[in-house]
Amino acid sequence: MTRTIPFIIGFLLVVAPFSTPQYPLHLLIMILIWSLVYTAWSLMGRFGLVSLGHGAFMSIGAYVTALLWNYSGISPWIGIPAAMITAAIMAFLVAYPCFQFKIVGHYFALVTLALSEVVKLVIIASRDHTGGSLGFTPNREGDGTSFYALQFADKETFYFVVLGAWVLGLVIWRLVDKSMMRYALDSISEDEDASAAAGIHVTGSKLKITMLSAVLTALGGALYCQYQMFIGPEVIGGIGISLQIVFAVVVGGLYTMMGPTIGAIITLLMTEIFRNWITSLRTEGIDLAGLDTSIYGLMLILFIIFLPKGVLGELIDRLAGGRQKDTS
Amino acid sequence: MDEIFDIFLLEAIINGILFGGVLALLSLGLNLIFGVVDVVWICYAELVMFGMYTVYWLAGVYDINIFIAALGAIALVSVLGWLVHVLIISPILGTAPINQLLATGGLLFFLQSVATLMFSIEFRNLGLRLPILEFSEMYFSYARLLAFGVALVGMVVVYLFLTRTYIGAAIRAISQDREIMVLMGVNAKKIYWVTASIGGGLAGLAACLLVLQYDVHPFVGISFGPITFIICVLGGLGNMIGGFIAAFILSIIISIGGLYSEIEWGYVFAFAFFIVMMFIRPQGLLGKK
Repeated sequence: MTRTIPFIIGFLLVVAPFSTPQYPLHLLIMILIWSLVYTAWSLMGRFGLVSLGHGAFMSIGAYVTALLWNYSGISPWIGIPAAMITAAIMAFLVAYPCFQFKIVGHYFALVTLALSEVVKLVIIASRDHTGGSLGFTPNREGDGTSFYALQFADKETFYFVVLGAWVLGLVIWRLVDKSMMRYALDSISEDEDASAAAGIHVTGSKLKITMLSAVLTALGGALYCQYQMFIGPEVIGGIGISLQIVFAVVVGGLYTMMGPTIGAIITLLMTEIFRNWITSLRTEGIDLAGLDTSIYGLMLILFIIFLPKGVLGELIDRLAGGRQKDTS
Repeated sequence: MDEIFDIFLLEAIINGILFGGVLALLSLGLNLIFGVVDVVWICYAELVMFGMYTVYWLAGVYDINIFIAALGAIALVSVLGWLVHVLIISPILGTAPINQLLATGGLLFFLQSVATLMFSIEFRNLGLRLPILEFSEMYFSYARLLAFGVALVGMVVVYLFLTRTYIGAAIRAISQDREIMVLMGVNAKKIYWVTASIGGGLAGLAACLLVLQYDVHPFVGISFGPITFIICVLGGLGNMIGGFIAAFILSIIISIGGLYSEIEWGYVFAFAFFIVMMFIRPQGLLGKK
């Protein structure tokens, strides 16, 4: 029974765009894009490498792609790989010294937080090219649908692009999970010195996973830009987005493949429902702007205090616990 | 031409030092909490924001004497600090450090949006215009001078408290070894409570000084929160003198950077300087290895 569930979900995901109205389809696309980013973060987050700099990688993915397209006319088909390489270089430049000098835990989180701020501020400061805080819109090609420009006026086509990227993210997560590197990184997160003594290349392993995570995050940022056709330094970067990424993963579950996706579904649906509710209240003349994010923030705190393994992680634990009881 | 240029540079440096006073005060509270409780409060700047609102409402709207309003703000944020510790930090004190960082991150969102809900996103200011001081063709804002002076006094008071009182000694001792001190008969819970309240109180004091210079709005914390963490890490998390020096180094970089280009570049240089320094001295300027 449990074996068939992935096939059913897969089938539903493939037929979804043909039977879904525009608004739920939009939500589905957003969930898939963010799931890709969250999965990318969890690649390194599950090994205790808590980065608050993923907003930077997302911004790099989006801005490099969009700037190359607008100013040089370079197609996103080349622009996105270029953006991913840029993110990898950026990750290397910051992470290599960090790992070499054993900057871990709080310090690593705060150094990456600084990276996230640097990228945001550079985007705001170079407002002549990037539009600064006002945001940036990629030029539309022709009537809005162009394979060359990776722009699609209809949501259905883009849905499949994003679905493919999300599946790619899951496949990579799976490959890492099954690889030797995973055992190496697990052991590093327990004790770096002992792992090094056991012959594990500590810096190398951490660097590889960080760069992989940054590259996938940049892909997510680029897809976000191609879909929304609007990006801003605070919309896809800065401390807010960096924290949002970490939270969604914590809510869903850090140590399972589908955890980040579940986190994306929960957090996005939650914000959408609250937002619609606030908007409907506003039409009745009650202004409660801020209530939605207040509840959101409160729930995040409660999640971390009471469900540190996330919804899916807790669920799996409960099921496993129940099963063990049955056999004993 | 050269002479005028130098005057601008000197003005920028002095303004940087004055700005550094408030930053040093901010990082002092955060460092105290980190040194003792071993937790980074990501929401620290949001506590400051609530202090700024308190001064604004008491002094600006209800016309209460500004000094009483300031005392009210310090008391309120101090209680807030205690609440943060009791409600959020102590239930998860034993878990992974990153959980504590994230829980206060959740509080950051919560405080920002509660402020939006309560006060709306309007920019508000006290409407208090303090005079500008002119000194040999250089201009300094009186508010900044005041902030600098109060910040220095505040830091001296905290230093005396930590070195001259019994509870101060206990706070320093517990930051050195939290297991042994409990065995020595120190009530760790009480020390944490006092530390969180003092940390909150310092945030309140910083709020009183900031509200004289800046407009208050629900997202004001984002504009000086990250720089405060960076200062603490650059100085060596938990090291108060290191944080003090780091505050002035970074504020001068920001100020000079802002002189030659837009102010954002000043911040970019400051953050970049921080990242580079992390590789040269990962334990912070004065941190112990």
